[in-house]
Amino acid sequence: MKKPINQYTDYGTPASSSTEQVTLEIDGTSISVPAGSSIMHAAVAAGVSVPKLCATDSLEPFGSCRLCLVEIEGRRGYPASCTTPVAEGLKVKTQTPKLADIRRGVMELYISDHPLDCLTCATNGDCELQDMAGAVGLREVRYGYDGENHLQSEKDTSNPYFQFDPSKCIVCSRCVRACEEVQGTFALTIQGRGFESKVASGVTDFMDSECVSCGACVQACPTATLIEKSVVQHGVPDYSITTTCAYCGVGCSFDAQMKGEQVVRMIPSKHGGANHGHSCVKGRFAWGYATHKDRITTPMIRKSIHDAWQQVSWDEAIAYAASEISRINQQYGKASIGGITSSRCTNEEVYVTQKLIRAVLGTNNVDTCARVCHSPTGYGLKQTLGESAGTQTFDSVMHSDVIFVIGANPTDGHPVFGSQMKRRLREGAKLIVADPRQIDLVQSPHIRSDYHLKLRPGTNVALISAISHVIVTEGLVKEDFVRERCEWDSFEMWRDFAAKPENSPEALSEELGVPAEDLRAAARLYATGGNAAIYYGLGVTEHSQGSTMVMGIANIAMATGNVGREGVGVNPLRGQNNVQGSCDMGSMPHEFTGYRHVSDDATRALFEAAWGRPLSADPGLRIPNMLDAAIEGKFKALYCIGEDIAQSDPNTQHVTHALESMECVIVQDLFLNETAKFAHVFFPGASFLEKSGTFTNAERRISPVRRVMTPKNGMEDWEITAKLSTALGYPMQYGHASDILDEIAALTPTFRGVSFKKLDELGSVQWPCDDEHPTGTPIMHIDEFVRGKGKFFITQYVPTTEKVNGRYPLLLTTGRILSQYNVGAQTRRTDNVAWHKEDVLEIHPHDAEDRGIQEGDWVGISSRAGETVMRALITERVQPGVVYTTFHHPESGANVITTENSDWATNCPEFKVTAVQVNKVSQISDWQRNFKRFTEQQVNFVEQASKPANVS
Amino acid sequence: MSIKVYVPRDSSALSLGAHDVAAAISAEAQARQQDIQLIRNGSRGMFWLEPMVEVETAQGRVAYGPVTPDDVASLFEADFLHGGKHPLSLGLTAEIAWLKKQERLTFARVGITDPVSLDDYIAHDGYRGLHNALKLSAAEIVKQVTDSGLRGRGGAAFPTGIKWNTVLNAPAEQKYIVCNADEGDSGTYSDRMIMEGDPYVLIEGMTIAGLAVGATQGYIYLRSEYPDALHILNEAIDHAYHAGYLGENILGSGHRFDLEVRRAAGAYVCGEETSLLESLEGKRGLVRFKPPLPAIEGLFGKPTVVNNVISLATVPIILDKGGEFYRDFGMGRSRGTLPIQLAGNLKQCGLVEKAFGITLRELLEDFGGGSASGKPIRAVQVGGPLGAYLPESQFDTPMDYEKFSEIWAVLGHGGVVAFDTSVDMAKMARYAFEFCAIESCGKCTPCRIGSTRGMEVMDKVMSGQNKDENIALVRDLSDTMLNGSLCALGGMTPFPVLSAINHFPEDFGLDKAQVAK
Repeated sequence: MKKPINQYTDYGTPASSSTEQVTLEIDGTSISVPAGSSIMHAAVAAGVSVPKLCATDSLEPFGSCRLCLVEIEGRRGYPASCTTPVAEGLKVKTQTPKLADIRRGVMELYISDHPLDCLTCATNGDCELQDMAGAVGLREVRYGYDGENHLQSEKDTSNPYFQFDPSKCIVCSRCVRACEEVQGTFALTIQGRGFESKVASGVTDFMDSECVSCGACVQACPTATLIEKSVVQHGVPDYSITTTCAYCGVGCSFDAQMKGEQVVRMIPSKHGGANHGHSCVKGRFAWGYATHKDRITTPMIRKSIHDAWQQVSWDEAIAYAASEISRINQQYGKASIGGITSSRCTNEEVYVTQKLIRAVLGTNNVDTCARVCHSPTGYGLKQTLGESAGTQTFDSVMHSDVIFVIGANPTDGHPVFGSQMKRRLREGAKLIVADPRQIDLVQSPHIRSDYHLKLRPGTNVALISAISHVIVTEGLVKEDFVRERCEWDSFEMWRDFAAKPENSPEALSEELGVPAEDLRAAARLYATGGNAAIYYGLGVTEHSQGSTMVMGIANIAMATGNVGREGVGVNPLRGQNNVQGSCDMGSMPHEFTGYRHVSDDATRALFEAAWGRPLSADPGLRIPNMLDAAIEGKFKALYCIGEDIAQSDPNTQHVTHALESMECVIVQDLFLNETAKFAHVFFPGASFLEKSGTFTNAERRISPVRRVMTPKNGMEDWEITAKLSTALGYPMQYGHASDILDEIAALTPTFRGVSFKKLDELGSVQWPCDDEHPTGTPIMHIDEFVRGKGKFFITQYVPTTEKVNGRYPLLLTTGRILSQYNVGAQTRRTDNVAWHKEDVLEIHPHDAEDRGIQEGDWVGISSRAGETVMRALITERVQPGVVYTTFHHPESGANVITTENSDWATNCPEFKVTAVQVNKVSQISDWQRNFKRFTEQQVNFVEQASKPANVS
Repeated sequence: MSIKVYVPRDSSALSLGAHDVAAAISAEAQARQQDIQLIRNGSRGMFWLEPMVEVETAQGRVAYGPVTPDDVASLFEADFLHGGKHPLSLGLTAEIAWLKKQERLTFARVGITDPVSLDDYIAHDGYRGLHNALKLSAAEIVKQVTDSGLRGRGGAAFPTGIKWNTVLNAPAEQKYIVCNADEGDSGTYSDRMIMEGDPYVLIEGMTIAGLAVGATQGYIYLRSEYPDALHILNEAIDHAYHAGYLGENILGSGHRFDLEVRRAAGAYVCGEETSLLESLEGKRGLVRFKPPLPAIEGLFGKPTVVNNVISLATVPIILDKGGEFYRDFGMGRSRGTLPIQLAGNLKQCGLVEKAFGITLRELLEDFGGGSASGKPIRAVQVGGPLGAYLPESQFDTPMDYEKFSEIWAVLGHGGVVAFDTSVDMAKMARYAFEFCAIESCGKCTPCRIGSTRGMEVMDKVMSGQNKDENIALVRDLSDTMLNGSLCALGGMTPFPVLSAINHFPEDFGLDKAQVAK
């Protein structure tokens, strides 16, 4: 799948969506294109390339470079082909002696203010200015080089990933426009006018600006003005392989541009179904962790976590792990063994792991980290709509008139989709934000929410009750939709429940901390504002009533007819790259692939036949059950792949106690993560650049992960699991990840039509993909719900038991930020730390003042579960009574404070609500001191293992 | 009964001390217990006579000028309040040849009325056009304007009626009327004189435009260096609102029209209509490409009439007296009158409103009185800093869009700047590039880099380096700018440059005969 680095045709201007065709003649060739296309676009479609510099088809036409001028029969002058729309019967000439003169004249001006260092320039051979100078036949610059120029302009190297060299700038504004149109951040502008016009960011440099390092400007730059430092270092890449980002649930396609086995840069793939050529700072730049010095590439074993590690061969490591599992199986029984997969694993890795647990060990003790993030989504949407997945494709948002964001922060958590959403908002869609905190969407350049429902943490279900009340009592229900598409009885019950006076905005306003009139207005807007779409995140799921809230969301979407077409829907924004996929792959203790319950005899029979082993009909242990059982002495061995429960799961001390109680903890990861510090076997994993497989994003899009370099650890992760299985007496014979996907497709109806071959052809595909939908399903539930009729559920608000009191008067809620990802194992090992070197506690000025806390002070945060210390950031983004932090750095101990309260249906932890007290302190907490000591010891154990003397 | 004394408040008069003169007259009248009514009128447009004081007498208005505060006592002594003789006497204003020879249609009231007095405006035939317009359908109003032959007076000379018709037929919930009052051409001031001397005629013209195309909101984008116009316009707009000439129900007709003055951002290029719209939207004054035309996608993306002050201020008389009346003035396809602004090296500078067809020579000699310096007039730049320089041999060209176009020149906004034989035309050519370099918005390459390179190459020409090659380069650059620029700023800079080279080659050290080839 190696392709040239410039593999895409640039049409110069975006495609027109018109259905009307217009026929014109370009250089004697007749061509039909959609009305509204530019002449330039039509020319490229006709195989004629018109010189251009300021035009590129990811941006609206601008008309500034004046290279693309053409002659049109019967029209005066020389119109720019990028800004002139096609018209029926036009006769266009793109090459005439006069046009050649004008183009050469323009190019002569450009080069009169450009350094003549092509041979030593980082983009030599990959530069549009260079190409155009050749195309127009420029042979001399008669102005000389002693005139005014910008050649001495100072380079801005402040950004860790790219540099800005104004001496090479041709002021085409592509960077400025990319920042505005594609990313929507408006960090760049042109400063000054005339010859003094120059690209400017912020007051001093890029790092001082609003720039979010998405890379759109760098990608848009036609010269070496804005360029990746990695290209400066390594040179222009040789070839490109398309793969899928391993960060968030947007699932961006990237072209890994390579030189041999060296990744030179990651360029968001223009044909990426989820990202359409856009990226964020993580996917675009933060991939250096793959070659970070902390990476462990040799297997290690040890008897006790108090021992130093021993480096061993793969065979030894696998044999040791298998023997321990067998020993524990014999000693304590199969119920004492389980596996945890991660949403960072590929579908194929998750599949083979759950297969190993179910078929080889004969238990259903397999769970995945979706347990602690989106398990309520799976439950709630299955119950109401019939499928555990979001209803829409991302592009659907471009048809939304009202966007309702609940407990999600797309510009930080899902930045590429956030940019698409912002584009739609700039086009005029209305926005409702329900969040305790003022996220960027509430107010940012050219975006302002119509309603910010600043509810108190933990009151989501009261919010949905109030909104439901308005919908049912103000006649806003789409009754014909409900009658045709939903179970009427369930609707009536829900309607009568919602109509109760205690569910009115007025009754709930105080509990929510939101004015009743705002609740009413937001509900009316959602129900009557046209196509209304809900986007939600972990602010919905990570609550004691997470599943209730998901069902409540589905209720209002069904009641208002906002399901089953473009522009509407219920859209969970998945946190990690493969949350959807890991759930689809049967990694939950109660479900096989495709969300089929283990107690279903037919499904079990299918898998028993395929796998040749008897399977258990009893759901296995969930992660918290495994931990509890470990502490009780009943759970002894854990195979944990890519997941770091010691950092990401709630009540860290409970987790580590459980890990300490086990006899064999096998961790498969790139790094010595927090969980690995409690491990007995360490299988070094492969990074996403080193393996093949698939990820499934938040819109059910299955995208290929392609190996671009040899695994530093020696093998891909699925191979490790297969070897372990084989060592346990159940040979897994796969030659390639594609064989695993074929098995998944054969056993899973919604995946029936998926294969690597199809992904090569289509780029990606959204499940269900079967005979009926061979190219996938962008929008679900169009004619009927997957469960047949949509079902309403009563969603009674029950306040969480995690309440503030005199001792713990503040509510802590947690989230994440743009530059860091989840537990930070990857992003902390990149230059992204330049933006976020530690987790801080956001606290409102009033609460800070009450406690004598000043910006940057050390503050102790204590809850019923534990205590930690971090620095204070005083901000009005949080409301009084609420504090906020992130959990990207293990030493912050954010999860030392969070409790084991969890969702009633799925055990998803209540990360978003913890009652705490905050005080000014002078030193780190006891937990942090112990953590530091323990970490030092464990790192030392690894270093000892690295010493050759110890290996022998 | 008190005697009416007129002292202009036009900023050209103010810059010559009109406020002091007015104060001196008030003080003197008080001291002498003379009952006068001091009226601050607009300027009659004879700048060499400013401050020109007028007194209303039984015979008509009598003028004195130029008056300084020191002259005031002697004027009273000479009984100027009753038209008494004085060394500064100019006789009856209406009989002053400069004024008598003009055809003042657009400027009919300027200098005569109190600019902020709505009563005065109405007493002098004001708002008759609006009353007529309210009886017509939108299409009928547009037809009157189309029939009048009025073309955009900002310089592009696009037929106003056709532009309005486009906006009328563009379906939209909101449309706008934008008045381009960012008058920035050197040597031009007719917009300012209208706004300071007869603001209601502009307000009325915009209101009629609103009725004609279905626009309910108007903006006057006013040059930031016109503080007096700003105050006068705002006061007049207030009065018009109070009297029901603006607002949600104009004269009880059920039609709405709101009007607001916006101060410009101080850039010449914002006089270009698309960068004006950008600026009005609060953005950088960057030129937009066309199409889409502002008439289809203008201010905030809505159909918008963008017209110059003079175009809009001419609409009331067209609606008052009919399209045919206005059309009867002028020649060829240039119908009606043009307010011509004389400036530069002339004895008599000021505003001349004449029907199209008057020649440059008549303007320079009969109105301008020849050069101020007494030396022969060698070159005239018509149409602002981007207009061509005309040599004496072209002075008999009539003021007509097409006739000027034939000699590769432009009428533009009607500015006429005269230079005597002391002018160095090579410096003027360099200046054209320099002006473009200073004012370029920086969007398109030919203008952004070309203007600076043009200056540099002209420096080489003027210092005698590789003259032939560098003149050839200036010509090639001019061709690139002319054909390649996004807007008229870069696109017209070659007019002054090439006309200077072609008509005055000797100033560039070139052989006249050679250039003629």
